[in-house]
Amino acid sequence: MTDASLTPAAIEPERYELRAAPLYHFDLGRRDFFKFLGAGLVVVSVLKPLAAQESGGGRRRRGDSLPQEIDAWLHIGENGTVTVYTGKVEVGQNIRTSLSQAVAEELCVPLGKIELVMGDTQLTPFDMGTFGSRTTPTMNLQLRKVASAARDVLVGLAAEQWKTSPQHLVASDGSVKDPGSARAVEYAALIKGRQLTQTLPAEDPLIAAADWKVAGQSAPKTDGRDFVTGKHRYPSDQTQPEMLYGKILRPAAFDATLVSIDSEPAEQMGATVVHDGNFVGVAATTSELAAAAVKAIRAEWKSEPQLSSKELFDYLRKGAKQGNDPTGDGDRFELGKVDDAFASADHRLQQTYTISYIAHVPLEPRAALAKWEGDSLTVWTGTQRPFGVRGQLAEAFHIAEDQVRVLMPDTGSAYGGKHTGETAIEAARLARAAKHPVKVVWTREEEFTWAYFRPAGVIDVKSGARKDGMVTAWEFHNYNSGSAGIRTYYEIPNQRIVFHEVNSPLRQGSYRALAATANHFARESHMNELAHAVGMDSLEFRLRNLKNERLRAVFEAAAKQFGWGKSKAAGQGFGMGGGYEKLGNIATFAEVKVDRQSGEVRVIRVVSAFECGAIVNPDNLRNQIEGSNVQGLGGALFEAIEFENGRILNARLSQYRVPRFSDVPSIETVLLDRKDLPSAGAGECPMIGLAPAIGNAIFDATGARLRSLPMAPNGLKLS
Amino acid sequence: MSAIHLAINSRSYAVDVDPQTSLLTVLREHLDLTGSKYGCGEGQCGACTVLIDGKAQRSCITRVGTVGAKSITTIEGLAKGDELHPVQQAFLDEAALQCGYCTSGMIMQSVSLLQKSPSPSKDEIIRFMDGNVCRCGTYPRIVAAIQKAASSLHHATAAKGAGQ
Repeated sequence: MTDASLTPAAIEPERYELRAAPLYHFDLGRRDFFKFLGAGLVVVSVLKPLAAQESGGGRRRRGDSLPQEIDAWLHIGENGTVTVYTGKVEVGQNIRTSLSQAVAEELCVPLGKIELVMGDTQLTPFDMGTFGSRTTPTMNLQLRKVASAARDVLVGLAAEQWKTSPQHLVASDGSVKDPGSARAVEYAALIKGRQLTQTLPAEDPLIAAADWKVAGQSAPKTDGRDFVTGKHRYPSDQTQPEMLYGKILRPAAFDATLVSIDSEPAEQMGATVVHDGNFVGVAATTSELAAAAVKAIRAEWKSEPQLSSKELFDYLRKGAKQGNDPTGDGDRFELGKVDDAFASADHRLQQTYTISYIAHVPLEPRAALAKWEGDSLTVWTGTQRPFGVRGQLAEAFHIAEDQVRVLMPDTGSAYGGKHTGETAIEAARLARAAKHPVKVVWTREEEFTWAYFRPAGVIDVKSGARKDGMVTAWEFHNYNSGSAGIRTYYEIPNQRIVFHEVNSPLRQGSYRALAATANHFARESHMNELAHAVGMDSLEFRLRNLKNERLRAVFEAAAKQFGWGKSKAAGQGFGMGGGYEKLGNIATFAEVKVDRQSGEVRVIRVVSAFECGAIVNPDNLRNQIEGSNVQGLGGALFEAIEFENGRILNARLSQYRVPRFSDVPSIETVLLDRKDLPSAGAGECPMIGLAPAIGNAIFDATGARLRSLPMAPNGLKLS
Repeated sequence: MSAIHLAINSRSYAVDVDPQTSLLTVLREHLDLTGSKYGCGEGQCGACTVLIDGKAQRSCITRVGTVGAKSITTIEGLAKGDELHPVQQAFLDEAALQCGYCTSGMIMQSVSLLQKSPSPSKDEIIRFMDGNVCRCGTYPRIVAAIQKAASSLHHATAAKGAGQ
């Protein structure tokens, strides 16, 4: 079996995952853990297999003079409470629950006994960040090893106490039991009064997925009750005594410079005003006062004329940077002789696809609360990279990283949009001047304007196929949108695939599934166009060119559930799209209905088949797949950022359309559980099949081929 | 400024604020009732939804001075002690949330719907809920949760009727 999705090459470079390794980091010494956590059992790691792997080589360790680095991953207190420490963060993907399940499984304790401390730079081991669907393949595995190591110690303690061999004992439900003599002892009793450490890696084999009892089940959200009662405190809900509210004066346009400022009126209102270079902000006792004070500041800005969204796609293709080494920079992949193959093909096709900038629109806008105590800074903020933000704060304020603590309360979503620490820096700057804790919460307009966007792009595809349906030539150029998912999984002997970097006119960054959405839209739309040119059924055409068994399996499963090949009514159309990304495999089939009079497009039904190895939490997995399809509807059909002269023209929810209840089709998910394969993440991959499935279905319904995302912001114009 | 008196979750409060201040700001900043969320500030997302005299209203565009003596219910006032409101329970049962930031507003909007229409059709649910945004895309689960809550409220009413 060709299983390219398991090879490292299949993980495309994450160009737009903003990365920043901290310069230095001082960890606690081993003895300090107990001062801090209380007596009990601690599982620690000295080598950092995970951090080293994630950052490509353990950049944190510099020089020999630093104390030996030890991270605590798990602590079992004398009362039996299990506390697990992870630098990953919760933004709605529900990893607080799925990681707890992993620990419960290996440690053999009830789920309710486990508390996860997440994304606190003072307490949790270093972590690059929560992105790239890495939590399940890496952190889930890491915590299983940690829990397994702890279980090993506990079983050993019981064996010692009972003077028997550990092999005769089993761990179950928070106790060690001796099935031979019916003896049992609770973990808490075993560690009472002791300070025990176990160092990773332990050699124990992990429990096989086929034998899972807690993992593999649909556990409900562990702290769900706090969310339905309004008790949970998101970053924007945090408070501190004596806290002030901060507000930033935004420039009139991107890259504008401040020419003159009169902040006297704001000061007279009782606000603290900070003017530091281009940064102007206020802190005041209420948010209304802060907003009024900012409004009262008289400021003049100077900015240059800038590109508008109307000129975007011409610019992107013309603005490509020319690499010095076009064949060796990793952005180009060549196989066979693509030009010859194209020239000799029976069917030739050349098309261009475009992708607009879109915004993440996390329902909770960016928020941070900063508090100084002397030269030490504590910031509560919603970010996917607490350690990255710690580094940004240390740099911004010229202090050491160990003087900065970043805490990430479970946050109101991110979707790749909260990698950076702007709000944290703004709040901290104001707090330092005001000598009070300061909270900054962005308005929706600020979030739409001053965060970053999913990259826009232009994709040119040129292909050739034989009469029998075998694709022989494939040339694919992506301008700006990114290289994730750029390689084709179809077995094509002659290929040229190139990513062209462009200076983006707007600030751009990560977005759920990165460029895989754009690249799959172009590839899977084009495959349908080619199938049409050859005169072959689009499923048959795909399968003829596809060897990857995991991908074939999801296409076949989705086709079966969808009823591919059934007859259709007037205005009805069926289409598919799929691929693999972030170690997952997806095939999505869509049914659309197009009203030829009004041009209205409705997605009626979506069927997704997904496979990501051994499933950790089936219901949560379905939730992620459904959510990906719902969110994906926006980018597929109607979301686009409009801009002109350094301003966003539709920076409000009343002007930027996001999917709503009435847009949602019936969604069916088919899960393929491969207990023989490692578990992979699911937050991103399921999104990538939807846009091409809808585009192909619209073509099936109308004969109109739509090659721009969004496809139908104002319905279709059918002549 | 003279104090504004508010009746929230069966308690009375007096706050010294400009009557033009949004009810959402008063709830969150002055009374520390942070269950109601800011999402857009223009009544387009529903994250700030509260009940005013039993009717769902967007607190971000409601000026506190216009509320008067009307009774306000926020997400914090929905459960009876430890007993969740059937809508809250249904959201948990159907796992109708991911990040949960829209959840308070969704629940308040749903409660308002079920008071008006105890057995809503799916179309009615969609129409009534269309002004509430969930960016994580849990809409189908929220529809299922509302249907489930409707059914459990119906059973509760029937049981109460039978008991009398």
